Amino acid sequence: MKHLLSAAILLALFIALPFIADAVGQSSLMILGARMLAYAIAAASLNLILGYGGMVSFGHAAFFGVGAYVVGILAYHAGGDPLLGFIPGTNQMLITLPVAMIVSGLVALVIGALSLRTGGVQFIMITLAFAQMLFFFFVSLTAYGGDDGLIISRTNALFGLNMRNRMTLYFVTLVIAVLFFLVLWRIVHSSFGGILAGLRQNERRMSAMGIPAYRYKLVAFVLSGMGVGLAGALEANLLRFASPDMMHWIKSGDLIIMIILGGVGTFFGPIIGAAAFMLLEFYLAGWTEHWPLILGAILLVVVLGTKGGIGGLISRLTGGRT
Amino acid sequence: MILVIEQLLNGLQYGVMLFLMAAGLTLIFGIMGVINLAHGALYMVGAFVGTWVATETGSFWLGLPAALVAAMVTGVVVEALVVRRLYARDHLDQVLATFALILIFNQLVVLIFGRQPVFTPMPELFSGSLEILPGLFYPMYRLLIIATGLVVAIGLYLLINRTRVGMLVRAGATNRDMVRALGVDIRLLYTLVFGLGALLAGLAGYMTGPILSVQVGMGEQILLATFVVVVIGGLGSVKGALVAGLGLGIVDTMLRAFLPTLLLHFMEPSDAQAVGVGVSAMGIYLLMAIVLLFRPKGLFPAEG
Amino acid sequence: MSAILQIEGLVKRFGGLTATDHVTLDVREGEIHALIGPNGAGKSTLINQLCGELVSDEGTIRLAGTDVTQRPETDRIGMGLGRTFQIASLLQESTVRENVGLAVQAHVGHNMRLFDRRMARRDVWTEADAMIAESGLHGRGDTLVSDLSHGEKKQLELIMALAGNPRLLLLDEPMAGLGQFESQRMIEQLGALRGKFSMLLVEHDMDAVYALADRISVLVYGRVIMTGTAEEIRESAEVREAYLGAEEDV
Ligand SMILES: Nc1ncnc2c1ncn2[C@@H]1O[C@H](COP(=O)(O)OP(=O)(O)O)[C@@H](O)[C@H]1O
Ligand SMILES: [Mg+2]
Repeated sequence: MKHLLSAAILLALFIALPFIADAVGQSSLMILGARMLAYAIAAASLNLILGYGGMVSFGHAAFFGVGAYVVGILAYHAGGDPLLGFIPGTNQMLITLPVAMIVSGLVALVIGALSLRTGGVQFIMITLAFAQMLFFFFVSLTAYGGDDGLIISRTNALFGLNMRNRMTLYFVTLVIAVLFFLVLWRIVHSSFGGILAGLRQNERRMSAMGIPAYRYKLVAFVLSGMGVGLAGALEANLLRFASPDMMHWIKSGDLIIMIILGGVGTFFGPIIGAAAFMLLEFYLAGWTEHWPLILGAILLVVVLGTKGGIGGLISRLTGGRT
Repeated sequence: MILVIEQLLNGLQYGVMLFLMAAGLTLIFGIMGVINLAHGALYMVGAFVGTWVATETGSFWLGLPAALVAAMVTGVVVEALVVRRLYARDHLDQVLATFALILIFNQLVVLIFGRQPVFTPMPELFSGSLEILPGLFYPMYRLLIIATGLVVAIGLYLLINRTRVGMLVRAGATNRDMVRALGVDIRLLYTLVFGLGALLAGLAGYMTGPILSVQVGMGEQILLATFVVVVIGGLGSVKGALVAGLGLGIVDTMLRAFLPTLLLHFMEPSDAQAVGVGVSAMGIYLLMAIVLLFRPKGLFPAEG
Repeated sequence: MSAILQIEGLVKRFGGLTATDHVTLDVREGEIHALIGPNGAGKSTLINQLCGELVSDEGTIRLAGTDVTQRPETDRIGMGLGRTFQIASLLQESTVRENVGLAVQAHVGHNMRLFDRRMARRDVWTEADAMIAESGLHGRGDTLVSDLSHGEKKQLELIMALAGNPRLLLLDEPMAGLGQFESQRMIEQLGALRGKFSMLLVEHDMDAVYALADRISVLVYGRVIMTGTAEEIRESAEVREAYLGAEEDV
């Protein structure tokens, strides 16, 4: 019931946003709003493994970038030479988004399979390192712009809608986000979700109950990578641009900060966190170039100032139920 | 052949830098169980403060102690104010707090020193080249770095294996609770280790100054490579840091030096350059992937 | 009587320390086999080897005739092994009901279902609720594990293990730290389960051991120095010297 109310309020706010933006004559706020939704998807996907599963990945920006590049590269080949000589390019969102999710899922499968062989601090360092490797990979892809990135000439087409219209683009993004969060809700509250939460709390106990931890964590990691890939594909559509900077490790840090700001392991937290982060960035960056200093200070206070860390605060507030 | 030896030495020199960074990071993790993303910030602080003093006084040698002291003091302060509160926390809190420190340090450095890259003056004594093999003139300064690294490695070996502090460090790396149970002033030990790690990072940062430019963000570049070193070497193992640091330094340098030329045989010159640079930048990460397949805990996993 | 568990020459070394030293013993079908020995004798290590959490350095483990020495823990659990932990190892942030429910779910299966409704799974929750109601935790289902008393955690340990419907249950000091009343209840509970499956019972409480065990093995410094009935153990001079005598000094 509480959840239904939160969902309704959030949805109402996001439906109202473009009209407010229109009313105050700042239609660029619509793009900001749509990007908030994309980042909310990314942060919530990361939260699936970080908050629910207890795996601190510091390399999830990699999947964001992969998703964006899938859109970019497919668009680049649309109507021209096929990719690798046999894969035709496309500009259809109904194709690009699923492909972005599949490709990011495959990349997550490889990275997850390797990094989940370890745990704890090694896991953090390894995910970070693999993301950096992908960063360099895309830097070296000169055919697609190298470190300058890849400009996408047109936003993906969908059902003949006028995607140049910011309002249309915004609502397309919103519908996708709503669908995404419905699916995520099901996953979190599924049998699999229960196992995942158990693994976060006590892997040893779960093994003693006959649960092969590695397999379940890997599935979660792949699902999470797919979600972040979807977010990256949306971002590429909103910015009409894909670049290696999207998978810079600072971006991975940003995603974690969004989760923290909103509340680790809570369902709607990442949405609020992503919105708060983007607004903070938008206004602070306009105010001073030294805004990371302020962000850093806020983060430090949030982490150190809450007894037992954010996680502790959250589990006290929610009485331990997720 | 001369070219290969020269690049081998360059690799060794880079490897020494990685070792200086990784040794501190791995010790800090080994003893305190803390992952410190801000280790690169200490490297940057050492480089900036040292370079500033060196430029003001015109002497590389006056910059050196300034770099070491600045990095160590920064490290000790960071430990006392932030890291100390993180020992009992989970890795997520540690990552976030030290990530916040990176953001803060980077901006502070921009505020104080600006965004312009600066260069550290080369010490005059070492500004020339030495003919180490017939026909191979090698910059004396790089030889100095290599020698410094070896001295530090020996020093750390003696410290860890021959002193009381070292005994605690070794015990701490394998069994953290045991050291706590010994009734040692654990706080002091932690501060010492953190200060030592910071000092090594500052040393690495300052020594790099005359070769690469000193600029904001320099810490993160080396930090990521350092993580790879620590993962391959084995978390908590100084020996692993040395072996993996030197190994990766050499691999990375050789790839960067020779891969683009090799690729010229297969592709257009402009592409070969970009692809060569990109792929060689990926080299150490691929190596890490391979090591993980066979030794998930690295080459020299700490026992326990 | 056939043996559900046969261990032969099992060894585990931690660096220079040999924690279990060529342990050979068997647990028969339906038997309660107690394993006693002073602290540090290697009892918990042996349990961890049996369930597969620790890889053994030497020796073989047979479960119902099948060699499982090289099999991972989850395989062995799937073959009917269950265990409790000496130091309660539970899902701290969850309620009693969540803990038991997850244990039941893990056993029933369907754990990889991504889109079902976990809370609506009747097969899981009726079973879990029934188990809690029958146990010493009835009425405590909605309590957080972190708010449970020590004795209640030990109870929950047992329920979680039973949820796996084991053929052989490894119990690591289920009475440790319990008061007299709680101990007595645990003894009765375990006694009531006699015959339903086999147990390897690691325990310090000699009253419990004498009350429950069909056979007793004595582990000292990683070695089994004797296996026999309660009388045989009580009368053995060797055991008294090596273990029971020492116990009185503690
Ligand atoms: N993971 C481990 N690493 C090193 N030594 C261990 C480990 N686990 C147990 N030991 C040692 O093995 C011996 C047996 O321990 P344990 O099996 O816990 O004994 P018990 O359960 O009989 O009291 C002890 O000396 C203990 O210190
Ligand atoms: Mg024990």
